[in-house]
Amino acid sequence: MNWALAAPELVLAVSALGILLNGVLRTRDSTILCTVLAVAVCVITAVLVIDTPTATAFGGLFVSDAFSRYSKLLILAGTVLCVVLSLDYNSRQRISRFEFPVLMLLSAVGMMVMSSANNLMTLYMGLELQSLAVYVLAAFARDDIRSAEAGLKYFVLSALASGLLLYGISLAYGFSGSMDFSRIAQAVMDPAGVSAGLTVGIAFIIAGLAFKLSAVPFHMWTPDVYEGAPTSVTAFMSTAPKVAPFVVLLRVMFGPFGHVTAQWQPIIVLISIASMLLGSFAAIAQTNIKRLMAYSSIGHMGYALVGLAAGTQTGVRGVLVYLLTYVVMSAGSFSCIVAMRRRGLAVDKIADLSGLARNDLTLATLLAIFMFSMAGVPPLAGFFGKLLVFQAAVDAGMWTLAIIGVLTSVVSCFYYLRVIKVMFFDASVAPFDVRSRSLSVVALATGAFTLIFFVYPAPFLGAANQAARALFG
Amino acid sequence: MTNINAAGFPVLSLTTFLPLLGVLVLATLPGDEAASARNARWIALWTSLLAFVVSLVLWVRFDHRAAGYQFVETISWLPSFGVSYRLGVDGISVLFVLLSTALTPLCILASWEAVTVRVREYMAAFLILETMMVGMFSATDFLLFYMFFEGVLIPMYLIIGVWGGPRRVYASLKFFLYTFAGSVLMLLALLAMWHQAGTTDITVLLRTPFSAVMQFWLFLAFLASFAVKVPMWPVHTWLPDAHVEAPTAGSVILAGVLLKMGAYGFLRFSVPMLPLASQHFAPMMFALGVVAVIYTSLVALAQEDMKKLIAYSSVAHMGVVVIGIFTFNVQGIDGALFQMISHGVVSAALFLCVGVIYDRIHTRDIARYGGLADRMPAYALVFMLFTMASIGLPGTSGFVGEFLVLVGAFQVSLWLALFGSFGMILGAAYMLYLYRRVIFGKLSKPDLRAILDLSPREMAVFAPLVILTLWLGVYPSSFTSFFDATVSAMVQNHTEAVNLARQPVLFAGSTQ
Repeated sequence: MNWALAAPELVLAVSALGILLNGVLRTRDSTILCTVLAVAVCVITAVLVIDTPTATAFGGLFVSDAFSRYSKLLILAGTVLCVVLSLDYNSRQRISRFEFPVLMLLSAVGMMVMSSANNLMTLYMGLELQSLAVYVLAAFARDDIRSAEAGLKYFVLSALASGLLLYGISLAYGFSGSMDFSRIAQAVMDPAGVSAGLTVGIAFIIAGLAFKLSAVPFHMWTPDVYEGAPTSVTAFMSTAPKVAPFVVLLRVMFGPFGHVTAQWQPIIVLISIASMLLGSFAAIAQTNIKRLMAYSSIGHMGYALVGLAAGTQTGVRGVLVYLLTYVVMSAGSFSCIVAMRRRGLAVDKIADLSGLARNDLTLATLLAIFMFSMAGVPPLAGFFGKLLVFQAAVDAGMWTLAIIGVLTSVVSCFYYLRVIKVMFFDASVAPFDVRSRSLSVVALATGAFTLIFFVYPAPFLGAANQAARALFG
Repeated sequence: MTNINAAGFPVLSLTTFLPLLGVLVLATLPGDEAASARNARWIALWTSLLAFVVSLVLWVRFDHRAAGYQFVETISWLPSFGVSYRLGVDGISVLFVLLSTALTPLCILASWEAVTVRVREYMAAFLILETMMVGMFSATDFLLFYMFFEGVLIPMYLIIGVWGGPRRVYASLKFFLYTFAGSVLMLLALLAMWHQAGTTDITVLLRTPFSAVMQFWLFLAFLASFAVKVPMWPVHTWLPDAHVEAPTAGSVILAGVLLKMGAYGFLRFSVPMLPLASQHFAPMMFALGVVAVIYTSLVALAQEDMKKLIAYSSVAHMGVVVIGIFTFNVQGIDGALFQMISHGVVSAALFLCVGVIYDRIHTRDIARYGGLADRMPAYALVFMLFTMASIGLPGTSGFVGEFLVLVGAFQVSLWLALFGSFGMILGAAYMLYLYRRVIFGKLSKPDLRAILDLSPREMAVFAPLVILTLWLGVYPSSFTSFFDATVSAMVQNHTEAVNLARQPVLFAGSTQ
């Protein structure tokens, strides 16, 4: 038993419960206090994560290495950004409750457990903890029928995906004799070849995780849930809860199934191509910015999957950098979307952004930076993510993937440019309500990161490189 | 690993990033709309002038005899990827850096009164554009080059889209998507070359041998990107739209500098790095060049919109440049480079000429003008000079470039030279036709009677361009001497590479 290795998760979980207790016992509204505490706890956890050594604990159920540390820091960063940006939105939407940051923290605990999973059971536990918290969050505006619908939809479909994942896990267990990643890895090296049952198990595991990633063909829930859920929750769903399933997918594919690349690579390639195509073409017709972001995130997952499909260490490095830039851009874009409200009402049509550059040049410029970055225009941060995953694809000789990737990014450019066009070229309508300071902080911080990432990207790329190397041992 | 060039200070970095400093100042400009607009103009002008003065160091200190990169700067950027921040200029790029820094202040001066809304953002966009252009011409690392190359799109998209004409949204989107689609294919070529060489250092890539098959595909990927930028027929259609809708200064930069990016790319990457494929594709490039020259000249003849006419003439002139580049002899490439510089000055000036009367009458319709010579003698004179330069009259800049290209083309094929020279004849036709309809004839339109001649500010804009046009035409060697050494070395390397590849076929009789 090596409890110290799980110190970050333990601290985060206990603090989340402590904050919950604090909120329950106080008679006055303590949302702000709980939010501040949540941010502080995340920061402390991040420090603990950095300090964790590389080892396994709990009889091999739990692992800590450079890969898990990188993922956890990313998850915590995404959580902090979303906790901060939800504060003002929730209070203006009158859904401000102290449970909100607590649920986010609990979800973060689940995600951190996922990224440290060294056993299929640990993986599943983490995944469920993360998902349960997000179900509640999606339905958080309980008096709003769309939010309730989004919560229910997400719950039902996600439960189905969990079922698929569990079925895959049971098959993998049945055909390899173990839940443990390293034992499965040994079992699949059987010279007699891979059994069909195991291949089916891998396919089910990929399907379950692809659902959480909202990769095609398991993406159907994404636009509806993104649109229906409160924007603060949508922001959260598009950041950290995308990172965790992805790093789990990486760990599972390169850990236990690292020797049977040929079995899963074609599936990933297909999912990746389908996601890139759908993400770019289906978004063109959208008029709601939250739905647009949903399709955009489907597309982004497709690009990130290019790195996984390459099946190499450079590919994993590319994915990790991609996820980093994606989390920052996504949190930034949503901090701008959250700021879209007129006369106290939240608006979410693209047309509502009309002429924003005249009323609020700062906000328009920031959103334009995120849009250009998501389109992958250099020198913004998003370009580096794309560059590295395509580099991995080219290095692995996967030209089809690379060519489809760059061409769909031209298509996706069209709808990102449309947002910029609406903001900068169209006539202005009534200005938005005054932004809160917390929102401006998130937007400016993420905007600055996106804008000047290119100046000194070496430390981030170095960390991603180290994490990727840890995965390949 | 930091290495600063022999000039004693990082002249290229300074020229590249000085405008960004101006952008920072603009961003923090206080005051109401009118006051900040006035200040923004002056700040932008002084910043761009300062950048120009700094870049003059290149003109003075450039070693004309050396073929390699000069003023080299290297800063470690992504060491584990083999990517560094590397700047440097050789004979091919040095004049384009100077062209960019020279045209930007003129553009700002030309927009002084024409742009009245969101002046601060407009000036900031132009300064960012200058950074991107200068950075692109002085990057000696492929990835860095790519970042600047693509980065140009952002400010240009906004300049066309925000300050453009009625169909600006369509034009800006078309401009962006055309160029972006081409560029991403070049990105794949970059990745393939990076994979093989392990670095994106252009000097290393030049020495890296690529197999003939790989060169074939790389050439096509580069072609996709550069052909759109040049622009070559049949992917030129974004250009007339972009030119017509862009504000005057936007057209000036577009014609003066951005169109050179494509041809520069051919000279920097396609020809020296892919000699076999370049040789293989040369006939196709000639064909596309000839089509561009003849077809777009005919299209230009039929135009009713002044800007569109000059835009099509740009396509034709750039067709001549493409022909020159792929002759692979010193005269042809020298001519292409000279034509690029000359076109940068002359087409920029022609768009400014259109801008002058557009600012007064607010139409670009040729039929709405006529007889301007009566009321605007100075303007008529200036316009005449640039018309002649565009036609290629001896003594103006246009003549030298076209003549050299034709000499180069003649060495390749008589027919090529013949078809290429059609461009000069047709060019004379459409330019003189334009000039006659706008300047000569009877001044019959009532609103033209009160039109004013060039203002002192406009004269200040035109004066340097007039001097440059005549200087280029009368004493070309002060410019050709910059790139003679580099071009000679390039042609020699090309010939050697092609001969080397042919040898095994000659001796062993084997097929490749």
